[in-house]
Amino acid sequence: MSILVNKDSKVIVQGFTGKEGTFHSEQCLTYGTNIVGGVTPGKGGQVHLDRPVFNTVKEAVKETGANVSLIFVPSAFAADAIMEAASSGIEVIVCITEGIPTREVMIAKKYVQKHQATLIGPNCPGIITAEETKVGIMPGFIFKKGPVGLISKSGTLTYEMANQVVKSGLGISTAVGIGGDQIIGTTFIDLLKLFENDQETKAVVLIGEIGGDLEIQAAEYIADNFSKPVVAFIAGQTAPKGKRMGHAGAIIAGSSGTASEKMAALSRAGVKVVSSPAIVGETVLQLLEN
Amino acid sequence: MNIHEYQAKKILAQNGVKILDGVMAESLNGALKATEVLGGKSWVVKAQVHAGGRGKAGGIKLVNSVEELKEAVKNMLGMKLITHQTGPEGKEVKKVYIEKTVVIKQEFYLGIVLDRNLEMPVIIASTEGGIEIEKVAAESPEKIIKVAVDPLIGFQAHQARELAFGLGLNYEYIKDFIKFTGALYKTYSQNDASLVEINPLVLTTDGSFVALDAKMGFDDNALYRHNDILALRDLEEEEPAELEASRYGLNYVKLEGNVGCMVNGAGLAMSTMDIIKHEGGEPANFLDVGGVASAETVAKGFGLILKDPNVKAIFVNIFGGIVRCDRIANGIIEATRTTKVVIPVIVRLDGTNAEEAKSILNKIKIENIITAEDLGDGARKAVAAARGELS
Repeated sequence: MSILVNKDSKVIVQGFTGKEGTFHSEQCLTYGTNIVGGVTPGKGGQVHLDRPVFNTVKEAVKETGANVSLIFVPSAFAADAIMEAASSGIEVIVCITEGIPTREVMIAKKYVQKHQATLIGPNCPGIITAEETKVGIMPGFIFKKGPVGLISKSGTLTYEMANQVVKSGLGISTAVGIGGDQIIGTTFIDLLKLFENDQETKAVVLIGEIGGDLEIQAAEYIADNFSKPVVAFIAGQTAPKGKRMGHAGAIIAGSSGTASEKMAALSRAGVKVVSSPAIVGETVLQLLEN
Repeated sequence: MNIHEYQAKKILAQNGVKILDGVMAESLNGALKATEVLGGKSWVVKAQVHAGGRGKAGGIKLVNSVEELKEAVKNMLGMKLITHQTGPEGKEVKKVYIEKTVVIKQEFYLGIVLDRNLEMPVIIASTEGGIEIEKVAAESPEKIIKVAVDPLIGFQAHQARELAFGLGLNYEYIKDFIKFTGALYKTYSQNDASLVEINPLVLTTDGSFVALDAKMGFDDNALYRHNDILALRDLEEEEPAELEASRYGLNYVKLEGNVGCMVNGAGLAMSTMDIIKHEGGEPANFLDVGGVASAETVAKGFGLILKDPNVKAIFVNIFGGIVRCDRIANGIIEATRTTKVVIPVIVRLDGTNAEEAKSILNKIKIENIITAEDLGDGARKAVAAARGELS
């Protein structure tokens, strides 16, 4: 078991024949991802990486039975690509593209919800179910199979934390990079619900950052509904107010969205909150051993 | 991206939002000409900087004669305006806006901003105009009225009425208020704004609504399709080092400490600052060289960090995913040669080809390059090096 994607997921890549799409599709194929085809408008009928190319997602779904899509379409067209996937029956849409206008993400997300699909991202590293399938851009070799679920707003920090978890002797069930933009398709709570029901996952690492209050909502959810141990780290404890720290959503506005506020809320919810990002791996191990 | 008040007002006026006549000036002569264009006997002189709280800091002056105007403009141009939003170093005033005056009956607050929880724009209104809205929200939240606008449906008249009646407006003013709010929302949505704030919005004695001040910010991701707005960018309002970084595709924020940081990825960059603090040091900066760091970006990063004279040690923390660590190691060696880095550089490379990278660095034996095993080890060494306790 795992969440969202597994070895049986049939993946198509939107923006398949582009530079990014090609490079990362190759990486995914090497990891073992079942990529059944790709979509590039105007290149339908061609074969790329030994896989068929389609003009539309609808056609790709009809011909291949795909249920997951990985999007590398440039930012000006990415919201449209998300909506095309949602209206074509794709269940899990992973959008790697960064820099999509906020207004378009806002609209695309509502559209995805209407079609009862799941959108991960945008501007995220994607999803990986260790040793089964990689629907994203993370370095696959770090992720060894194990009992720890990982949810993170940040890309390289996800790799850092997964690496720590693996080095501690444990491993990852599924890791999901949800992105650090102001509006993201799937939040901590949505994924915690899935991890709660996933028998393979025995503990969860939650990596948040300054800005917004998704971590506080997650804390409220965990307090009442989540039975598995959670270790959390919030990046940006030393970030100054009013300065955007890279991610569009990583900004402390007024007095809200601070790391200390989020850390306190998670602690109150029974989460083991660490203030050093270097001890996440060992902390999960301790929790699972007890 | 943020713009000046005079620029925001021009955009608002084009969209049907009522403003007062005004002219921007960069010199005393310009300001005097502005009074001739505008006519009248009294004006308001307003400092044009990207920061709120100008009034309290002496950045807004009512003048009742040309003599008073001269005095005010002379004082204002070139002054360092220090408000709660500029930081202690303040912002130099290079432009003033000369505006006509109006007789005010009542002041309000009206703003539009993205609500991240609702994932919709919200229009915020309050009878407490002219003061900081954050303060009103904290002290008397009942005085704040909010309506959320579904972007698929757009702003509706009943929502404007909800705001108007909430503000206690007399029925006779409602029509004009609906028009004003509608024009404001149109300006917000059509320009991909991230913020439109009218504080204060005033009801004049002749019964019309006028934007007395205006603040606008825009979604950087959407600027590619708004060349007219991109043209309004005032580079002098931006931090020189941050601006330089953005030209190289780097993301840099200067801080107060002495441990320089160079990291790939925003989350890891923030965490690196955090762990430096955790180990008893102070980070000198936030620097994200991007998920795909290269030898070139590393060299540019060194250049930026070394411009800060406070920096006593540099912590390079790269988790190689797609990017290979051996390439980064070669980039670091190259960069330290070309940019003459004399302070200790603590290098932690993990992920793809980390072992190869380590052997490259160990083989070359550059005196001030110190390798670290992991995040914790790197941070401890960097903090010690900045204190001069590690050679």
